[in-house]
Amino acid sequence: MPAASDFRALERRNRRDTVMLIGAFVIVFLLIGCAFDFLAGTLQIHQGHIYGAPIFMVLALIFASVQSTVSYFGGAPLILLSVHAQALTPDTPKHQMVLDVIQEMALASRLPVPKAYFIPDPAPNAFATGRNPEHSVICVTQGLIDNMDREELQGVIGHEMSHIADYDIRTMMMVAVLVGGIAMLSDFMVRMSFFNRNDRDSDHRDGGIIVILMIVLAVIAPMLSQLIAMAVSREREYLADASAVEFTRNPRALLRALQRIAETESPLKEGVRGTAHLFIVNPLAANADDDGGFFASLLSTHPPLRKRIERLQAMLAAPTAAASLSDRA
Amino acid sequence: MTILLIVIVVLVIYVIAAYNSLVSAKNQVDNAWRQIDVQLKRRHDLIPNLVEAVKGFMNFERETLTQVVEARAKAVNAPDQASRMAAENQITAGMGKLLAVMENYPQLKSDQNVMQLQEELTTTENQIAFSRQAYNDAVLTLNTRTERFPGNLIATNFGFKSADYFKAAPEDQAVPKVDLGLTPRA
Repeated sequence: MPAASDFRALERRNRRDTVMLIGAFVIVFLLIGCAFDFLAGTLQIHQGHIYGAPIFMVLALIFASVQSTVSYFGGAPLILLSVHAQALTPDTPKHQMVLDVIQEMALASRLPVPKAYFIPDPAPNAFATGRNPEHSVICVTQGLIDNMDREELQGVIGHEMSHIADYDIRTMMMVAVLVGGIAMLSDFMVRMSFFNRNDRDSDHRDGGIIVILMIVLAVIAPMLSQLIAMAVSREREYLADASAVEFTRNPRALLRALQRIAETESPLKEGVRGTAHLFIVNPLAANADDDGGFFASLLSTHPPLRKRIERLQAMLAAPTAAASLSDRA
Repeated sequence: MTILLIVIVVLVIYVIAAYNSLVSAKNQVDNAWRQIDVQLKRRHDLIPNLVEAVKGFMNFERETLTQVVEARAKAVNAPDQASRMAAENQITAGMGKLLAVMENYPQLKSDQNVMQLQEELTTTENQIAFSRQAYNDAVLTLNTRTERFPGNLIATNFGFKSADYFKAAPEDQAVPKVDLGLTPRA
Protein backbone atom coordinates (compact mmCIF):
# COMPACT_ATOMS: atom_id res chain seq x y z
CA MET A 1 0.00 0.00 0.00
CA PRO A 2 1.78 3.15 -1.17
CA ALA A 3 0.04 5.35 1.39
CA ALA A 4 3.04 7.41 2.37
CA SER A 5 4.13 8.30 -1.16
CA ASP A 6 0.53 9.07 -2.10
CA PHE A 7 0.22 11.55 0.69
CA ARG A 8 3.44 13.18 -0.34
CA ALA A 9 2.19 13.64 -3.91
CA LEU A 10 -1.06 15.10 -2.64
CA GLU A 11 0.86 17.34 -0.29
CA ARG A 12 2.90 18.71 -3.20
CA ARG A 13 -0.27 19.40 -5.13
CA ASN A 14 -1.76 21.18 -2.15
CA ARG A 15 1.36 23.29 -1.73
CA ARG A 16 1.06 24.36 -5.35
CA ASP A 17 -2.67 25.03 -4.98
CA THR A 18 -2.06 27.18 -1.91
CA VAL A 19 0.60 29.25 -3.68
CA MET A 20 -1.68 29.72 -6.69
CA LEU A 21 -4.57 30.63 -4.45
CA ILE A 22 -2.59 33.31 -2.66
CA GLY A 23 -1.31 34.57 -6.02
CA ALA A 24 -4.87 34.81 -7.39
CA PHE A 25 -5.95 36.49 -4.19
CA VAL A 26 -3.24 39.16 -4.46
CA ILE A 27 -4.07 39.77 -8.13
CA VAL A 28 -7.78 40.17 -7.41
CA PHE A 29 -6.95 42.67 -4.70
CA LEU A 30 -4.59 44.57 -7.01
CA LEU A 31 -7.41 44.81 -9.58
CA ILE A 32 -9.81 46.04 -6.96
CA GLY A 33 -7.21 48.56 -5.77
CA CYS A 34 -6.71 49.66 -9.36
CA ALA A 35 -10.43 50.27 -9.74
CA PHE A 36 -10.39 52.32 -6.57
CA ASP A 37 -7.49 54.39 -7.87
CA PHE A 38 -9.39 55.33 -11.03
CA LEU A 39 -12.53 56.02 -9.07
CA ALA A 40 -10.82 58.23 -6.51
CA GLY A 41 -8.75 59.98 -9.19
CA THR A 42 -5.39 58.93 -7.82
CA LEU A 43 -4.83 57.31 -11.24
CA GLN A 44 -6.08 59.04 -14.36
CA ILE A 45 -6.03 58.28 -18.08
CA HIS A 46 -5.16 61.21 -20.38
CA GLN A 47 -4.65 60.60 -24.10
CA GLY A 48 -3.60 57.03 -23.62
CA HIS A 49 -1.21 57.73 -20.75
CA ILE A 50 -1.73 56.86 -17.12
CA TYR A 51 -0.89 59.51 -14.53
CA GLY A 52 -0.91 59.59 -10.77
CA ALA A 53 0.16 57.51 -7.81
CA PRO A 54 -1.60 54.12 -7.34
CA ILE A 55 -2.18 54.64 -3.64
CA PHE A 56 -5.05 52.18 -3.45
CA MET A 57 -3.13 49.50 -5.32
CA VAL A 58 -0.30 49.80 -2.82
CA LEU A 59 -2.80 49.68 0.03
CA ALA A 60 -4.48 46.64 -1.56
CA LEU A 61 -1.12 44.89 -1.90
CA ILE A 62 -0.32 45.58 1.75
CA PHE A 63 -3.79 44.46 2.79
CA ALA A 64 -3.58 41.25 0.71
CA SER A 65 -0.16 40.38 2.14
CA VAL A 66 -1.26 41.02 5.70
CA GLN A 67 -4.50 39.12 5.13
CA SER A 68 -2.62 36.13 3.65
CA THR A 69 -0.16 36.04 6.54
CA VAL A 70 -2.89 36.37 9.14
CA SER A 71 -4.91 33.67 7.35
CA TYR A 72 -1.97 31.29 7.31
CA PHE A 73 -1.14 31.60 10.98
CA GLY A 74 -4.52 32.52 12.42
CA GLY A 75 -6.91 30.86 9.99
CA ALA A 76 -7.83 27.91 12.16
CA PRO A 77 -8.84 29.97 15.24
CA LEU A 78 -10.78 32.34 12.96
CA ILE A 79 -12.71 29.46 11.41
CA LEU A 80 -13.39 27.89 14.80
CA LEU A 81 -14.66 31.25 16.01
CA SER A 82 -16.94 31.71 13.01
CA VAL A 83 -18.63 28.32 13.49
CA HIS A 84 -18.89 28.88 17.27
CA ALA A 85 -16.75 25.85 18.13
CA GLN A 86 -15.71 25.04 21.70
CA ALA A 87 -12.78 23.01 22.96
CA LEU A 88 -13.70 19.36 23.47
CA THR A 89 -12.97 18.17 27.01
CA PRO A 90 -13.59 14.71 28.50
CA ASP A 91 -16.59 16.00 30.49
CA THR A 92 -18.97 13.26 29.31
CA PRO A 93 -18.29 9.60 28.42
CA LYS A 94 -19.19 10.35 24.79
CA HIS A 95 -16.75 13.25 24.62
CA GLN A 96 -14.07 11.04 26.16
CA MET A 97 -14.78 8.51 23.43
CA VAL A 98 -14.31 11.15 20.71
CA LEU A 99 -10.96 12.16 22.21
CA ASP A 100 -9.93 8.49 22.36
CA VAL A 101 -10.96 7.85 18.77
CA ILE A 102 -8.98 10.91 17.61
CA GLN A 103 -5.93 9.49 19.39
CA GLU A 104 -6.49 6.10 17.77
CA MET A 105 -6.74 7.54 14.28
CA ALA A 106 -3.68 9.74 14.88
CA LEU A 107 -1.78 6.54 15.67
CA ALA A 108 -3.15 4.78 12.60
CA SER A 109 -2.10 7.66 10.35
CA ARG A 110 1.23 8.25 12.15
CA LEU A 111 0.42 11.94 12.69
CA PRO A 112 0.51 14.13 15.79
CA VAL A 113 -2.77 14.16 17.72
CA PRO A 114 -4.89 17.12 16.52
CA LYS A 115 -6.67 19.41 18.96
CA ALA A 116 -10.35 18.55 19.37
CA TYR A 117 -13.28 20.97 19.16
CA PHE A 118 -17.03 20.58 18.94
CA ILE A 119 -20.00 22.63 17.73
CA PRO A 120 -23.13 22.34 19.90
CA ASP A 121 -25.41 21.67 16.93
CA PRO A 122 -27.64 18.64 16.31
CA ALA A 123 -26.70 18.24 12.61
CA PRO A 124 -24.08 15.45 12.29
CA ASN A 125 -20.98 16.89 10.65
CA ALA A 126 -17.23 17.33 11.08
CA PHE A 127 -14.24 19.15 9.65
CA ALA A 128 -10.49 19.48 10.08
CA THR A 129 -8.39 22.58 9.63
CA GLY A 130 -4.98 24.06 10.40
CA ARG A 131 -1.79 24.99 8.56
CA ASN A 132 -0.01 21.62 8.95
CA PRO A 133 -0.36 18.33 10.85
CA GLU A 134 1.53 19.81 13.82
CA HIS A 135 -1.02 22.64 14.06
CA SER A 136 -4.22 20.84 13.17
CA VAL A 137 -7.69 20.81 14.61
CA ILE A 138 -10.55 18.36 14.28
CA CYS A 139 -14.01 19.74 14.96
CA VAL A 140 -17.16 17.60 15.25
CA THR A 141 -20.76 18.57 15.92
CA GLN A 142 -22.63 17.39 18.98
CA GLY A 143 -25.04 15.77 16.49
CA LEU A 144 -22.22 13.61 15.16
CA ILE A 145 -21.18 12.61 18.67
CA ASP A 146 -24.75 11.70 19.58
CA ASN A 147 -25.59 9.79 16.40
CA MET A 148 -22.43 7.77 15.78
CA ASP A 149 -21.19 4.66 17.49
CA ARG A 150 -17.50 4.13 18.01
CA GLU A 151 -16.85 2.39 14.71
CA GLU A 152 -18.67 5.04 12.69
CA LEU A 153 -16.82 7.78 14.53
CA GLN A 154 -13.54 6.08 13.57
CA GLY A 155 -14.57 6.28 9.92
CA VAL A 156 -15.39 9.99 10.15
CA ILE A 157 -12.24 10.88 12.13
CA GLY A 158 -10.18 8.73 9.72
CA HIS A 159 -11.59 10.82 6.86
CA GLU A 160 -10.54 14.01 8.65
CA MET A 161 -7.09 12.62 9.46
CA SER A 162 -6.45 12.01 5.78
CA HIS A 163 -7.35 15.65 5.01
CA ILE A 164 -4.69 16.52 7.59
CA ALA A 165 -2.14 14.02 6.22
CA ASP A 166 -2.22 15.40 2.67
CA TYR A 167 -2.41 19.10 3.68
CA ASP A 168 -5.93 19.53 2.30
CA ILE A 169 -6.59 21.36 5.54
CA ARG A 170 -4.18 24.14 4.68
CA THR A 171 -5.55 24.75 1.19
CA MET A 172 -9.10 24.60 2.49
CA MET A 173 -8.35 26.92 5.37
CA MET A 174 -6.80 29.50 3.05
CA VAL A 175 -9.81 29.26 0.74
CA ALA A 176 -12.19 29.77 3.65
CA VAL A 177 -10.42 32.75 5.13
CA LEU A 178 -9.41 34.46 1.88
CA VAL A 179 -12.83 33.93 0.32
CA GLY A 180 -14.32 35.60 3.34
CA GLY A 181 -11.96 38.55 2.79
CA ILE A 182 -12.91 38.98 -0.86
CA ALA A 183 -16.62 38.80 -0.14
CA MET A 184 -16.24 41.45 2.54
CA LEU A 185 -14.29 43.81 0.32
CA SER A 186 -16.59 43.49 -2.68
CA ASP A 187 -19.59 44.28 -0.50
CA PHE A 188 -17.76 47.39 0.61
CA MET A 189 -16.96 48.25 -3.00
CA VAL A 190 -20.55 48.05 -4.18
CA ARG A 191 -21.49 50.51 -1.47
CA MET A 192 -18.61 52.83 -2.37
CA SER A 193 -19.48 52.88 -6.06
CA PHE A 194 -23.08 53.95 -5.43
CA PHE A 195 -21.84 56.56 -3.03
CA ASN A 196 -19.39 58.02 -5.51
CA ARG A 197 -21.46 57.96 -8.66
CA ASN A 198 -23.64 61.00 -7.81
CA ASP A 199 -20.95 63.64 -7.82
CA ARG A 200 -18.57 62.57 -10.53
CA ASP A 201 -20.11 60.68 -13.42
CA SER A 202 -21.03 63.88 -15.34
CA ASP A 203 -17.47 65.15 -15.91
CA HIS A 204 -15.55 61.83 -16.09
CA ARG A 205 -16.31 59.76 -19.13
CA ASP A 206 -13.58 57.26 -18.25
CA GLY A 207 -14.94 57.18 -14.72
CA GLY A 208 -18.23 55.78 -16.00
CA ILE A 209 -16.52 52.82 -17.61
CA ILE A 210 -14.45 52.25 -14.51
CA VAL A 211 -17.53 52.27 -12.33
CA ILE A 212 -19.15 49.64 -14.54
CA LEU A 213 -15.96 47.59 -14.45
CA MET A 214 -15.90 47.91 -10.71
CA ILE A 215 -19.46 46.75 -10.32
CA VAL A 216 -18.79 43.80 -12.59
CA LEU A 217 -15.75 42.98 -10.51
CA ALA A 218 -17.71 43.39 -7.32
CA VAL A 219 -20.27 40.90 -8.60
CA ILE A 220 -17.74 38.49 -10.08
CA ALA A 221 -15.27 38.43 -7.21
CA PRO A 222 -17.44 36.56 -4.72
CA MET A 223 -18.64 34.19 -7.46
CA LEU A 224 -15.05 33.58 -8.50
CA SER A 225 -14.02 32.89 -4.96
CA GLN A 226 -16.96 30.56 -4.50
CA LEU A 227 -15.96 28.68 -7.67
CA ILE A 228 -12.41 28.26 -6.36
CA ALA A 229 -13.81 26.84 -3.16
CA MET A 230 -15.86 24.30 -5.11
CA ALA A 231 -13.17 23.30 -7.59
CA VAL A 232 -10.70 22.52 -4.84
CA SER A 233 -12.85 20.36 -2.65
CA ARG A 234 -14.98 17.79 -4.48
CA GLU A 235 -12.52 15.07 -5.49
CA ARG A 236 -10.68 15.55 -2.21
CA GLU A 237 -13.69 14.05 -0.48
CA TYR A 238 -13.46 10.82 -2.51
CA LEU A 239 -9.74 10.58 -1.80
CA ALA A 240 -10.22 11.22 1.91
CA ASP A 241 -12.92 8.54 2.00
CA ALA A 242 -10.47 6.07 0.45
CA SER A 243 -7.72 6.99 2.91
CA ALA A 244 -10.11 6.69 5.84
CA VAL A 245 -10.63 3.08 4.79
CA GLU A 246 -6.86 2.68 4.62
CA PHE A 247 -6.47 3.93 8.20
CA THR A 248 -9.35 2.00 9.73
CA ARG A 249 -8.85 -1.09 7.50
CA ASN A 250 -12.62 -1.19 7.61
CA PRO A 251 -14.75 0.20 4.74
CA ARG A 252 -17.86 -0.52 6.76
CA ALA A 253 -17.01 2.15 9.39
CA LEU A 254 -17.23 5.19 7.13
CA LEU A 255 -19.91 3.59 4.97
CA ARG A 256 -22.24 3.22 7.93
CA ALA A 257 -21.38 6.72 9.16
CA LEU A 258 -22.29 8.25 5.79
CA GLN A 259 -25.47 6.19 5.60
CA ARG A 260 -26.46 7.43 9.02
CA ILE A 261 -25.71 11.03 8.07
CA ALA A 262 -27.81 10.58 4.92
CA GLU A 263 -30.71 9.49 7.11
CA THR A 264 -30.44 12.26 9.66
CA GLU A 265 -29.11 15.13 7.57
CA SER A 266 -30.28 18.57 8.60
CA PRO A 267 -28.49 21.81 7.76
CA LEU A 268 -26.14 23.35 10.30
CA LYS A 269 -27.61 26.35 12.03
CA GLU A 270 -24.35 28.24 12.39
CA GLY A 271 -23.20 30.66 9.70
CA VAL A 272 -21.10 28.35 7.57
CA ARG A 273 -21.45 29.75 4.03
CA GLY A 274 -17.76 30.59 3.74
CA THR A 275 -16.66 27.35 5.39
CA ALA A 276 -19.05 24.84 3.78
CA HIS A 277 -16.23 23.18 1.80
CA LEU A 278 -14.41 22.24 5.01
CA PHE A 279 -17.07 19.85 6.28
CA ILE A 280 -17.30 16.10 5.64
CA VAL A 281 -20.84 16.51 4.25
CA ASN A 282 -22.33 19.71 2.86
CA PRO A 283 -23.64 21.61 5.89
CA LEU A 284 -25.91 23.82 3.74
CA ALA A 285 -27.92 21.14 1.95
CA ALA A 286 -31.29 20.26 3.41
CA ASN A 287 -30.58 16.76 2.17
CA ALA A 288 -26.95 15.85 1.46
CA ASP A 289 -28.03 13.00 -0.77
CA ASP A 290 -29.50 15.43 -3.29
CA ASP A 291 -27.24 16.23 -6.22
CA GLY A 292 -30.04 18.21 -7.87
CA GLY A 293 -29.04 17.86 -11.53
CA PHE A 294 -26.12 19.15 -13.56
CA PHE A 295 -25.91 22.78 -12.43
CA ALA A 296 -26.45 22.04 -8.79
CA SER A 297 -23.72 19.41 -8.92
CA LEU A 298 -21.42 21.82 -10.79
CA LEU A 299 -21.85 24.39 -8.02
CA SER A 300 -21.73 21.92 -5.16
CA THR A 301 -18.74 21.74 -2.83
CA HIS A 302 -19.38 18.06 -2.09
CA PRO A 303 -20.05 14.98 -4.18
CA PRO A 304 -23.51 13.59 -3.43
CA LEU A 305 -23.48 11.26 -0.46
CA ARG A 306 -25.11 8.56 -2.57
CA LYS A 307 -22.06 8.39 -4.88
CA ARG A 308 -19.64 8.30 -1.96
CA ILE A 309 -21.64 5.48 -0.37
CA GLU A 310 -21.59 3.58 -3.67
CA ARG A 311 -17.80 3.85 -3.88
CA LEU A 312 -17.39 2.58 -0.32
CA GLN A 313 -19.72 -0.31 -1.05
CA ALA A 314 -17.52 -1.19 -4.01
CA MET A 315 -14.51 -1.27 -1.67
CA LEU A 316 -16.38 -3.50 0.72
CA ALA A 317 -17.07 -5.90 -2.14
CA ALA A 318 -13.43 -5.91 -3.25
CA PRO A 319 -11.08 -5.04 -0.38
CA THR A 320 -8.10 -4.55 -2.66
CA ALA A 321 -9.98 -1.84 -4.54
CA ALA A 322 -9.37 0.47 -1.58
CA ALA A 323 -5.68 0.63 -2.31
CA SER A 324 -6.15 1.14 -6.05
CA LEU A 325 -8.68 3.88 -5.43
CA SER A 326 -6.23 5.83 -3.34
CA ASP A 327 -3.59 5.26 -6.03
CA ARG A 328 -5.63 7.11 -8.57
CA ALA A 329 -4.68 10.50 -7.15
CA MET B 1 35.67 19.87 -16.34
CA THR B 2 32.48 21.82 -15.63
CA ILE B 3 30.38 18.85 -16.69
CA LEU B 4 32.31 16.55 -14.38
CA LEU B 5 31.77 19.01 -11.55
CA ILE B 6 28.03 19.16 -12.22
CA VAL B 7 27.81 15.36 -12.31
CA ILE B 8 29.61 15.10 -8.98
CA VAL B 9 27.44 17.77 -7.36
CA VAL B 10 24.25 16.07 -8.60
CA LEU B 11 25.49 12.71 -7.32
CA VAL B 12 26.36 14.12 -3.91
CA ILE B 13 22.96 15.78 -3.64
CA TYR B 14 21.27 12.50 -4.58
CA VAL B 15 23.23 10.53 -1.99
CA ILE B 16 22.43 13.08 0.72
CA ALA B 17 18.73 13.07 -0.16
CA ALA B 18 18.54 9.26 -0.32
CA TYR B 19 20.45 8.92 2.96
CA ASN B 20 18.16 11.39 4.71
CA SER B 21 15.04 9.68 3.45
CA LEU B 22 16.40 6.36 4.76
CA VAL B 23 17.10 7.94 8.14
CA SER B 24 13.58 9.35 8.37
CA ALA B 25 12.06 6.01 7.32
CA LYS B 26 14.11 4.22 9.98
CA ASN B 27 13.11 6.74 12.63
CA GLN B 28 9.47 6.25 11.67
CA VAL B 29 9.86 2.51 12.22
CA ASP B 30 11.57 3.03 15.60
CA ASN B 31 8.96 5.53 16.67
CA ALA B 32 6.11 3.25 15.60
CA TRP B 33 7.66 0.43 17.62
CA ARG B 34 7.86 2.68 20.67
CA GLN B 35 4.18 3.54 20.20
CA ILE B 36 3.26 -0.14 20.39
CA ASP B 37 5.34 -0.44 23.54
CA VAL B 38 3.64 2.56 25.15
CA GLN B 39 0.22 1.05 24.53
CA LEU B 40 1.22 -2.39 25.78
CA LYS B 41 2.53 -0.86 29.02
CA ARG B 42 -0.66 1.13 29.41
CA ARG B 43 -2.61 -2.10 29.08
CA HIS B 44 -0.46 -3.75 31.75
CA ASP B 45 -1.36 -0.88 34.07
CA LEU B 46 -5.06 -1.18 33.32
CA ILE B 47 -5.47 -4.90 33.93
CA PRO B 48 -5.23 -4.69 37.75
CA ASN B 49 -7.86 -1.92 37.65
CA LEU B 50 -10.11 -4.16 35.59
CA VAL B 51 -9.71 -7.02 38.05
CA GLU B 52 -10.43 -4.63 40.92
CA ALA B 53 -13.53 -3.24 39.19
CA VAL B 54 -15.17 -6.57 38.31
CA LYS B 55 -14.13 -8.27 41.57
CA GLY B 56 -17.49 -7.47 43.15
CA PHE B 57 -19.40 -9.07 40.30
CA MET B 58 -19.18 -12.74 41.12
CA ASN B 59 -18.28 -15.17 38.40
CA PHE B 60 -17.68 -12.52 35.78
CA GLU B 61 -15.80 -14.52 33.18
CA ARG B 62 -13.49 -15.75 35.92
CA GLU B 63 -11.66 -18.12 33.64
CA THR B 64 -10.88 -15.52 30.94
CA LEU B 65 -9.94 -13.00 33.58
CA THR B 66 -7.48 -15.42 35.16
CA GLN B 67 -5.98 -16.14 31.75
CA VAL B 68 -5.46 -12.43 31.13
CA VAL B 69 -3.87 -11.85 34.53
CA GLU B 70 -1.55 -14.83 34.06
CA ALA B 71 -0.59 -13.72 30.57
CA ARG B 72 0.15 -10.25 31.91
CA ALA B 73 2.49 -11.70 34.55
CA LYS B 74 4.20 -13.71 31.82
CA ALA B 75 4.56 -10.64 29.60
CA VAL B 76 6.00 -8.47 32.38
CA ASN B 77 8.57 -11.14 33.37
CA ALA B 78 9.29 -12.36 29.86
CA PRO B 79 12.99 -13.19 29.36
CA ASP B 80 12.98 -12.30 25.68
CA GLN B 81 11.04 -10.39 23.05
CA ALA B 82 9.49 -13.47 21.41
CA SER B 83 7.94 -14.92 24.56
CA ARG B 84 6.82 -11.45 25.60
CA MET B 85 4.98 -10.96 22.30
CA ALA B 86 3.39 -14.40 22.64
CA ALA B 87 2.09 -13.40 26.09
CA GLU B 88 0.89 -10.03 24.76
CA ASN B 89 -1.03 -11.82 22.03
CA GLN B 90 -2.70 -13.94 24.70
CA ILE B 91 -3.74 -10.78 26.56
CA THR B 92 -5.13 -9.31 23.36
CA ALA B 93 -7.22 -12.39 22.72
CA GLY B 94 -8.50 -12.44 26.30
CA MET B 95 -9.25 -8.72 26.38
CA GLY B 96 -11.19 -8.94 23.13
CA LYS B 97 -13.35 -11.60 24.66
CA LEU B 98 -13.79 -9.76 27.95
CA LEU B 99 -14.78 -6.49 26.30
CA ALA B 100 -17.27 -8.29 24.10
CA VAL B 101 -18.98 -10.14 26.98
CA MET B 102 -19.05 -7.08 29.24
CA GLU B 103 -22.02 -5.93 27.18
CA ASN B 104 -24.02 -8.85 28.52
CA TYR B 105 -23.68 -7.80 32.16
CA PRO B 106 -26.21 -5.03 32.93
CA GLN B 107 -24.80 -4.66 36.47
CA LEU B 108 -21.39 -3.85 34.97
CA LYS B 109 -22.87 -1.37 32.53
CA SER B 110 -24.63 0.56 35.29
CA ASP B 111 -21.35 1.07 37.14
CA GLN B 112 -19.80 4.33 36.01
CA ASN B 113 -16.28 3.36 36.98
CA VAL B 114 -16.55 0.18 34.97
CA MET B 115 -17.91 2.09 31.98
CA GLN B 116 -15.00 4.50 32.16
CA LEU B 117 -12.57 1.62 32.46
CA GLN B 118 -14.23 -0.16 29.57
CA GLU B 119 -13.74 2.89 27.35
CA GLU B 120 -10.12 3.11 28.43
CA LEU B 121 -9.53 -0.57 27.71
CA THR B 122 -11.31 -0.40 24.36
CA THR B 123 -9.25 2.56 23.21
CA THR B 124 -6.06 0.90 24.44
CA GLU B 125 -6.86 -2.28 22.50
CA ASN B 126 -7.62 -0.19 19.41
CA GLN B 127 -4.45 1.84 19.85
CA ILE B 128 -2.41 -1.35 20.10
CA ALA B 129 -4.00 -2.56 16.88
CA PHE B 130 -3.54 0.75 15.09
CA SER B 131 0.02 1.23 16.26
CA ARG B 132 0.90 -2.27 14.99
CA GLN B 133 -0.69 -1.36 11.69
CA ALA B 134 1.22 1.95 11.61
CA TYR B 135 4.40 0.05 12.44
CA ASN B 136 3.87 -2.30 9.51
CA ASP B 137 3.16 0.66 7.22
CA ALA B 138 6.42 2.24 8.39
CA VAL B 139 8.31 -1.02 7.82
CA LEU B 140 6.88 -1.23 4.31
CA THR B 141 8.17 2.26 3.52
CA LEU B 142 11.62 1.53 4.97
CA ASN B 143 11.94 -1.85 3.24
CA THR B 144 10.86 -0.41 -0.10
CA ARG B 145 13.54 2.26 0.21
CA THR B 146 16.30 -0.13 1.27
CA GLU B 147 15.51 -2.73 -1.38
CA ARG B 148 14.74 -0.64 -4.44
CA PHE B 149 17.51 0.27 -6.89
CA PRO B 150 19.51 2.51 -6.63
CA GLY B 151 18.50 3.23 -3.04
CA ASN B 152 19.71 -0.24 -2.04
CA LEU B 153 23.33 0.73 -2.91
CA ILE B 154 23.18 3.59 -0.42
CA ALA B 155 21.34 1.46 2.13
CA THR B 156 24.00 -1.27 2.02
CA ASN B 157 26.86 1.22 2.20
CA PHE B 158 25.48 3.00 5.23
CA GLY B 159 24.28 -0.17 6.96
CA PHE B 160 20.51 0.29 6.70
CA LYS B 161 18.67 -3.00 7.11
CA SER B 162 15.15 -4.05 6.27
CA ALA B 163 12.91 -4.32 9.32
CA ASP B 164 10.64 -7.23 10.24
CA TYR B 165 6.89 -6.95 9.99
CA PHE B 166 4.80 -7.34 13.08
CA LYS B 167 3.07 -10.67 12.64
CA ALA B 168 -0.10 -11.15 14.60
CA ALA B 169 -0.82 -14.45 16.29
CA PRO B 170 -3.53 -16.47 14.54
CA GLU B 171 -6.09 -15.78 17.28
CA ASP B 172 -5.06 -12.14 17.05
CA GLN B 173 -6.23 -11.60 13.51
CA ALA B 174 -9.61 -10.16 14.45
CA VAL B 175 -8.16 -7.61 16.84
CA PRO B 176 -8.89 -4.39 14.93
CA LYS B 177 -12.55 -5.30 15.05
CA VAL B 178 -12.64 -5.67 18.80
CA ASP B 179 -15.09 -2.80 19.11
CA LEU B 180 -17.58 -4.45 16.79
CA GLY B 181 -18.67 -6.59 19.68
CA LEU B 182 -19.68 -3.50 21.59
CA THR B 183 -22.31 -2.35 19.13
CA PRO B 184 -25.14 -4.27 17.55
CA ARG B 185 -24.17 -4.93 13.96
CA ALA B 186 -26.42 -3.24 11.45
